Amino acid sequence: MSDLSLDLQILNAIAALFLLLAFGMLSQRRVVTLVKLLAVQAALLCAATLLLAWRTGETHLYLSALLTLVLKVLFLPWLLNRLIKRLGVYWDSEPLLQISGTMLIGVLLVIFSFGLAQPIVALASTATRSGIGIAIAVVLLSFLTMITRRKAMSQVVGFLSMENGLFFGAMSATYGMPMIVELGVALDVLVAMLVLGVFFFQIREQFDSLDLHHLESLREDR
Amino acid sequence: MELLALLAFPVLGAAVLAVVGARRWAPEVNVGFSAATFAAACALTSRVIGDGSFTAFGEQFFIDAFNVFLVTLTAFVSLTTSLFSRPYMRIESEHGRVRPQHLRLYHSMYQLFIAAMLLALTSNNMGMLWVAMEAATLSTVLLVTLYRTPASLEAGWKYFILCSVGIAQALFGTILLYFAAERVLGGSGMTALLWTNLNEVKGQLEPEVLTLAFVFLLVGYGTKVGLAPLHNWLPDAHAEGPTPISAVLSGLLLNVAIYAVVRCKVLVEGSLQSELPSRMLMAFGLLSVVLAALFLWRQKDVKRLFAYSSIEHMGIITFAFGMGGAVANFAALLHMTVHSLTKSAIFYSVGHAAQKTGTQTIDDIRGLVTVSPTVGWGLMMGTLAILGMPPFGVFASEFLILTTAMRQEPWSTPILLLALGIAFAAVFRRVQPMVFGETTAKRLPHSPALLPVFAHLALVLLLGVSIPPYLADWYRMAAELISGQ
Repeated sequence: MSDLSLDLQILNAIAALFLLLAFGMLSQRRVVTLVKLLAVQAALLCAATLLLAWRTGETHLYLSALLTLVLKVLFLPWLLNRLIKRLGVYWDSEPLLQISGTMLIGVLLVIFSFGLAQPIVALASTATRSGIGIAIAVVLLSFLTMITRRKAMSQVVGFLSMENGLFFGAMSATYGMPMIVELGVALDVLVAMLVLGVFFFQIREQFDSLDLHHLESLREDR
Repeated sequence: MELLALLAFPVLGAAVLAVVGARRWAPEVNVGFSAATFAAACALTSRVIGDGSFTAFGEQFFIDAFNVFLVTLTAFVSLTTSLFSRPYMRIESEHGRVRPQHLRLYHSMYQLFIAAMLLALTSNNMGMLWVAMEAATLSTVLLVTLYRTPASLEAGWKYFILCSVGIAQALFGTILLYFAAERVLGGSGMTALLWTNLNEVKGQLEPEVLTLAFVFLLVGYGTKVGLAPLHNWLPDAHAEGPTPISAVLSGLLLNVAIYAVVRCKVLVEGSLQSELPSRMLMAFGLLSVVLAALFLWRQKDVKRLFAYSSIEHMGIITFAFGMGGAVANFAALLHMTVHSLTKSAIFYSVGHAAQKTGTQTIDDIRGLVTVSPTVGWGLMMGTLAILGMPPFGVFASEFLILTTAMRQEPWSTPILLLALGIAFAAVFRRVQPMVFGETTAKRLPHSPALLPVFAHLALVLLLGVSIPPYLADWYRMAAELISGQ
């Protein structure tokens, strides 16, 4: 590791933390903490983007970092926290699987992701290419978070963390997507959260709870 | 110019309708903007027929024979749906199923949804295509939950979360595509994701990366197409939303998603020089046809029944695009058109039928032909058309697909035929008593205006009897574009 420059070492450290946070989310049952973890994850993404922007001198990365900061570090956690307070969902119910079991599956997913990333890493010319495997792992771990949770709020946090993972992947492989696409994606995420905000109130108005087991009546034999 | 008008009208419409709100004439404004969009689409089409394909606005938009036909179809069906929605939603709000203030949301989102689909179709940038597809999902989530019933909330939640997760896979696929493209086209961000550029250099794109990209893109956009086993959201969203939304979801959104898949397939196939993308499309398509045919037997809700029929037809189209070649692509494009027209016509009639009887349960809808002959015959003819009876257009396209399958992939023909047979029996045995069964209900004093239903069915009939030569040329051109010849 001694031949790596300092900024690359920092980037790698950030990538490692990024992965660790995904595991943290997998095991966390308090929704408020989950949102905090999400904000930290977005902050890491923002820091990595900034560092990379400084390293490569690409202006659109600065913009992308700013976008991440405003939307994902500040606004979305604020919005989610507000929703949590107003809807009063602080805890997720028992996860569908034991936490230890989920963690074990998570470890397997990480190994799988690194295998999947191998051909891409071999082709990539970016200095950050080692992050690609981590990004895929985070995407899959977020997916696992989503499918093992019952509360709608936890699933949404999982979805946003997946989005962060995808951005991290884009950054590692190609130094980010074209600006117009990043703007579009950010807009979509923003709208998605607003739609969800409305949606949550509709769900609660109807069921007095955000537990998704209420939403299981549409079966095939109905 | 036409392009700008095409995209500006629905966006403007959304803004205006957000201001107009729930006034009495809001539906008319909705129809007006849809009509303007359709006029712009017609102007665009005539330009493409005259001048051939072109790019616009710094190459960010690209119009060729393939997407312009879908643009026209989208604009047309959205116009007829807005016509249908006008009396339909008025009655719904009189029945108290939808609150007047929600109609503001409904009309505004309807226009935004159309705008998102048109953007997805005309964008040359694969990244923007993704953004527009996601926007199309988001704009319809709150429409699916418009009635605020528990079932509709569940359907909306499923739709939101499944499609968002699915489409996140497509974003990863797009990132991989960009990764492969950047190595060939250089790092200038604005040009490396343009489909026209990618198409030119597709032979040089890294096959290994593109294989991976295609898997993600197919799973992602395939979720939106409703391909089995990613179809879970589709029947719920179709059944629980207002009927005009079911009609546009089934008739238009699924087409747009297939369009995205086909655009990706053209690129990947050019890079791989192998059968893999075709095989994957055929496998997904066939699985959808078979699963949908089996699920059709168990349906008790009429809108769910026809939602499963949409999955079946999307399977057929995907399978045909998977076979590839000029004839199969031609048939797939024709099938996209006739399915879109027929399925929306069916949803219009089903909507009226369900509104009259106050239920969507098949067993409770009986003797439509006595209650209201136009609704009854509209539903019966639409059903016969969608089941592939001659002389309707669906027969022509299914016949072409089956004969091509016999020649190119003989193993698949018995499976397809069996599935189509099962689907026929399943749907027909449900619809027949709905239309001709005995009923005690009295005949309605006024028959509902079903102009859109019969206009669609007449078009489908026309496409089945003889495709106008210029239209056939147009399909052929598009089919050749897709085959990469």
